[in-house]
Amino acid sequence: MTAPVTGDDMELDAEHRELRETVERFARTEVAPVIGDYYEREAFPYDLVAAMGAMGLFGLPFPEEHGGMGGDYLALCLAIEELARVDSSLAITLEAGVGLGAMPIYRFGTDAQRQQWLPRMCSGEMLGAFGLTEPGGGSDAGATRTTARRDGDDWVIDGSKAFITNSGTDITGVITVTAVTGRSGDRPEISAIMVPSGTPGLAVAPPYSKVGWLASDTHELSFAGVRVPAGNLLGEKGRGYAQFLQILDEGRIAIAALAVGLAQGCVDECLRYAADRHAFGRPIGSYQALQFKIADMEVRTHVARLAWRHAARLLARGVPFKRQASIAKLVASDAAMANARDATQIFGGAGFVNDTPVARFYRDAKILEIGEGTSEIQRILIARDLGLPGGE
Amino acid sequence: MSGAPIGRWGPLSGTIAPMNVVVCVKQIPDPAAPAALDAQSHTLVREGKLILDDSDAYGVEMGLQLAAEDGEVTLVSMAPNGEVSGLRTGLAMGAAKAILVSDGALKGSDALSTAKVLAKAIERAQPDLVIAATESTDGYTGTTPVQIAELLGMPSVTFAKKISVANGSVRVERQTEAGYDEVECPLPCVVTVTAGVVEPRYPSFKGIMAAKSKPVDQLTVADLGLDASSVGWAGAGQEITGVAAAEERGAGELVVDEGDAHERIVAFLEQLKLV
Repeated sequence: MTAPVTGDDMELDAEHRELRETVERFARTEVAPVIGDYYEREAFPYDLVAAMGAMGLFGLPFPEEHGGMGGDYLALCLAIEELARVDSSLAITLEAGVGLGAMPIYRFGTDAQRQQWLPRMCSGEMLGAFGLTEPGGGSDAGATRTTARRDGDDWVIDGSKAFITNSGTDITGVITVTAVTGRSGDRPEISAIMVPSGTPGLAVAPPYSKVGWLASDTHELSFAGVRVPAGNLLGEKGRGYAQFLQILDEGRIAIAALAVGLAQGCVDECLRYAADRHAFGRPIGSYQALQFKIADMEVRTHVARLAWRHAARLLARGVPFKRQASIAKLVASDAAMANARDATQIFGGAGFVNDTPVARFYRDAKILEIGEGTSEIQRILIARDLGLPGGE
Repeated sequence: MSGAPIGRWGPLSGTIAPMNVVVCVKQIPDPAAPAALDAQSHTLVREGKLILDDSDAYGVEMGLQLAAEDGEVTLVSMAPNGEVSGLRTGLAMGAAKAILVSDGALKGSDALSTAKVLAKAIERAQPDLVIAATESTDGYTGTTPVQIAELLGMPSVTFAKKISVANGSVRVERQTEAGYDEVECPLPCVVTVTAGVVEPRYPSFKGIMAAKSKPVDQLTVADLGLDASSVGWAGAGQEITGVAAAEERGAGELVVDEGDAHERIVAFLEQLKLV
């Protein structure tokens, strides 16, 4: 069952390969046997998150001085891919915890803010969340309506946020929100402000009833006169949106890795099933109709994996990677969706029953074409990066 | 058991001396990958990548916990080739260093010659405690650790489900069919651990990175002062003359309740010595 990925391992150095194998083993041994139950109950898997914390997964891309593992973004994405190969809920919990919770604090925070929050986030004891999207609009992130006004030494925040991952767990420590803090010309000036969990006026709505990612934590949040100290401003005042766009670019690589994990999980499951399941006296994998499907699934997975790893290499080199990140996200989410559909078809009736992994993959795949920039947004970004005129 | 003791160190005099723990580990072909037997020797084909035997991860973890405050863990292993990836896993978990006896002459070694080689290598590390798995996942002889103990002139305690060290001796809860025995044994000694002894950690990336620079001392049979004819095919006192496929599982027995089902199930379990 491990054969498909090993070919793509050749380009990794020994340490990244070993990390990938370690997370693969963790996912297969610790996650696979129990995650279906969490998913059915729509319960957040605290013990698995703690185990991931103990392995240092939440600290992967951060320096040791902040409690991190001294790794890089490639390491994080490898871990996300291997988790998603078994379960997307845990993978998105890690992706959002690191990429959206801790990364903005690491990138834009002051030394004091980093010291206050990062060590516990890196150890997985605490999750951070990022509130950008609002009930009124997803892709039009600049149309933020949440406001923050200065009152003495405080910020006072009013508004609401939608679809915020990791925002309502028992271990959520802080939610960074974007809010309008003024105007510059005719454009709203957006800043990022950290709101500790439990701050009076912050209301976490009951969890959404989602199609997929059922073992991950997602809420709508409302802010009614939420008061936090002025020092909770994260990064530069008025740069909140621009800062977040940077985070979003690299986040696309992580979501692409997650999508590749799901696509690979479909291949893994189908290889096993095609060998075990017999029809008309032969294993179903001996029929060309299935072989073609599985070969196509492998092609999509491999190509998408090369795409995200290429984007991750550009990121590590410090050269522009925006277009490649969008391509990776687009290709990988297409691969995840197509593989989930084919895998479910190969499983037949069994794939329509919720306790098979492919049914979970089917339900988890769709959001990948939506979150972290829809497929349409990725195409716009690619077109713009190619120099095509804007105008819509 | 043959062979005179080849080393002995007195029990620790102080109570807070650093613990020097040796953990015997085996690198085996990945059990998740299809296995193959060599057609001539009937032994497991060990080409390609080897991984740390899962059953050794418990010993490594136990060693790390016992040496956590003041001490260190040395891994000792033997392989016909220079494979170190399984050792890297143990080093990434936190072991300080490794000794790998790697020599073409070791190919075909039986349990006793393996014990001779490992004992010689362990001797170099001067351990207070030697930990090994109860048995390996690929070979399953389960005899190597006690042979090592005999060769080192150390007492051995097997099937440990719990280990603690104090005042120069080790206290072991030794798993038995009925429950467990409490055994106390002076250090240095050899203890074999079961899978229940501790929950092994997964290496962190920091551990994986750190393992890169940890020393792996690669030794040959000659480095250990052993004669090549005493190990490998040449030294093996056993030969695998044939292998046969395991019997296919038969159909289960269906117990239909006619008022006495519980008695028949209990009788069945008693026959298997499960109750």
